[in-house]
Amino acid sequence: MSTTVEPPGSAAPDAPAAIKGAAVRRGDRVFLGLSRGAGVLILVIMAAIAAFLVWKAVPSLQANTANFFTTSEWTPDADPAYFGIAALAFGTLMTAVIAMVLAVPVGIGIALFIAHYANRRLGSALGFITDLLAAVPSIIFGMWGLEFLMPQMQGFLQWLTTYFGWIPLFQNDLGIWTRSIMIAGTVLAIMVLPTVSAISREVFVQVPREHIEAALALGATRWEMVRMAIFPFAKPGMISASMLGLGRALGETIAVALILSANYVINWQITEPGGNTFAANIALRWNEAGPIGLSALVASGLVLFVITLAVNMAARLIIARRAEFSGANG
Amino acid sequence: MKLTRTGGLVAVALTGTLALAACGSDGGTTDNGSSTGNANISCASGSLKASGSSAQKNAIAEWVNAYQAACPDATIDYQANGSGAGVTDFINKQTAFAGSDSALKEEEQPKADARCASGPAINIPMVGGSINVVYNVEGVDKLILDAPTLAGIFDSTITKWNDPKIAALNAGVTLPDTSIAQFHRSDESGTTDNFTKYLIAKEVWDFEGGKAWEAKGGQGAKGSDGVANAVKSTPNSIGYVELSFAEDAGLSSAWIDNGNGPIEATSANAATTIASATVDGTGNNLPLKIDRAGTTGYPIVLVTYEITCEKGLSGSDLELTKSFLTYTASNDGQAALTDIGYVPITGDLLTKVQTAVSSIS
Repeated sequence: MSTTVEPPGSAAPDAPAAIKGAAVRRGDRVFLGLSRGAGVLILVIMAAIAAFLVWKAVPSLQANTANFFTTSEWTPDADPAYFGIAALAFGTLMTAVIAMVLAVPVGIGIALFIAHYANRRLGSALGFITDLLAAVPSIIFGMWGLEFLMPQMQGFLQWLTTYFGWIPLFQNDLGIWTRSIMIAGTVLAIMVLPTVSAISREVFVQVPREHIEAALALGATRWEMVRMAIFPFAKPGMISASMLGLGRALGETIAVALILSANYVINWQITEPGGNTFAANIALRWNEAGPIGLSALVASGLVLFVITLAVNMAARLIIARRAEFSGANG
Repeated sequence: MKLTRTGGLVAVALTGTLALAACGSDGGTTDNGSSTGNANISCASGSLKASGSSAQKNAIAEWVNAYQAACPDATIDYQANGSGAGVTDFINKQTAFAGSDSALKEEEQPKADARCASGPAINIPMVGGSINVVYNVEGVDKLILDAPTLAGIFDSTITKWNDPKIAALNAGVTLPDTSIAQFHRSDESGTTDNFTKYLIAKEVWDFEGGKAWEAKGGQGAKGSDGVANAVKSTPNSIGYVELSFAEDAGLSSAWIDNGNGPIEATSANAATTIASATVDGTGNNLPLKIDRAGTTGYPIVLVTYEITCEKGLSGSDLELTKSFLTYTASNDGQAALTDIGYVPITGDLLTKVQTAVSSIS
């Protein structure tokens, strides 16, 4: 490291005028260089990934005889190649939406309970356990979902079809309730739960004591206090927690690959077997795919990359707009 | 105090990781029983790399065990990374031979020939397999199906077990009035490819075929073990897996009526079909044409190949490849296959295979 640093004597004259009186120390310069380098590196890596994906995707996109965005079939190795991402995009978004619908309220509930309802001991024990959930490898979730959760959910899903089958989403014409988007979404919900609850909890704890006490002093009940003091303050944090969870749900691979009955049909009846996601499709087809097949999988990966970026940027936008509410780390 | 505690935790975590890593080593079939006293192996030494088809992984593992037990100076490393990757590795000179579920395609042949300095690349059929139609229906000990009913079940036009078409083949058997839970592979696989090849040969399948499942309906499961587990745990289900998975899971296999009466799905009946295959190549190149539609044996079979250079392998690779393949193509080598759920190559075809291996130089 020392080789890149100029001798101390030459450092002083270059010091920016802004830092008056203080000579720029060697440590400052090294640190500036390192952190700037790290910042640039992440951009370079992102650009390299994007460039790689585009480069590898081009051959299949040129060979494709179908509309890449609106076609559901996936036969890139056929002659002529014919494939599209419609069904994959549908499955990816649908499983992620189900995961969000289930995980966000529960995750925020857990976080609220830990931060503002439970006593200290119970709170920290619960927090520890939810954090542990994040450390379970996804293949374990996949196997658990397939071997345990799927059989256990059969009764509930049949009940859903019997009483709510008039909603097209829960209609089931096959009489088979296994390996469905609904089950995959439920497993994803459990997987993203720790992310959502851990980050929300951190934000809830940061709500200024004064806000809380002011609300309570005005005669608010606990729930009113939560609504008036905590939620407005913590909203950006809750949104970014959800978006991080969404990111994980979108990209989750092996658990979904194990559970979903991979096919290429857009089926809104989400309790029937079927559905496929970008990540699961890549995992299932990579090993035996031909040259165009591999390239087509990379192309689908590129779409996932763009969707994930878009989700994260949307989250940033929402947070930036609500900057006035945000706490210490704006 | 705090530091020590953290240290203890780290130690526990590390031990756990190591223990798990130890568990992670390959749990594939390692049946050493048949490998003792192979006086017929003429040893070569050195180390050899090969890669390809995962369908023949257990067969190669068995052979490598036997070979290395007889020849302690030899190391053979077979990576089961898929047929496509195996052929690519071979063309790029990463490996001495490739295991593949299918013979070299037209566009691959010139590249493979170019890799072999002075001779053509040849396809040598080495490992046969049987694809069993496994089912889980209580009270049905023997189920007979034919190509049209199989196609009907797997493209979801036959949806009940007591469908008249199934009942007609199984007189005297009480079939339940329940939906058929049909399982296929959700990942790409040679098993799917060869299963649909049979249906296509019988002209009852409206799809193009290939490694990816094309029909709508039914449920996909990942890997042969995934399908076997799904069938085992789902009442009134049906699926297709290779013989060894059917045996390991203890599942019943359907008899297939190919026009000459029902045939049981055994290694011996599948061997009949493979032995009757005709060679579709010249010289020592032995890509096979299997008459699935007309065979008197069990018709749903697959053959995997070793792809290597007839001439032009480099020095140490040559000795070891030839020595190893000579063993695998020997009667002993092929006999070892039956015990681990594969199908041996027999009869005239085996003689051709042995001639092809001996031509490697």
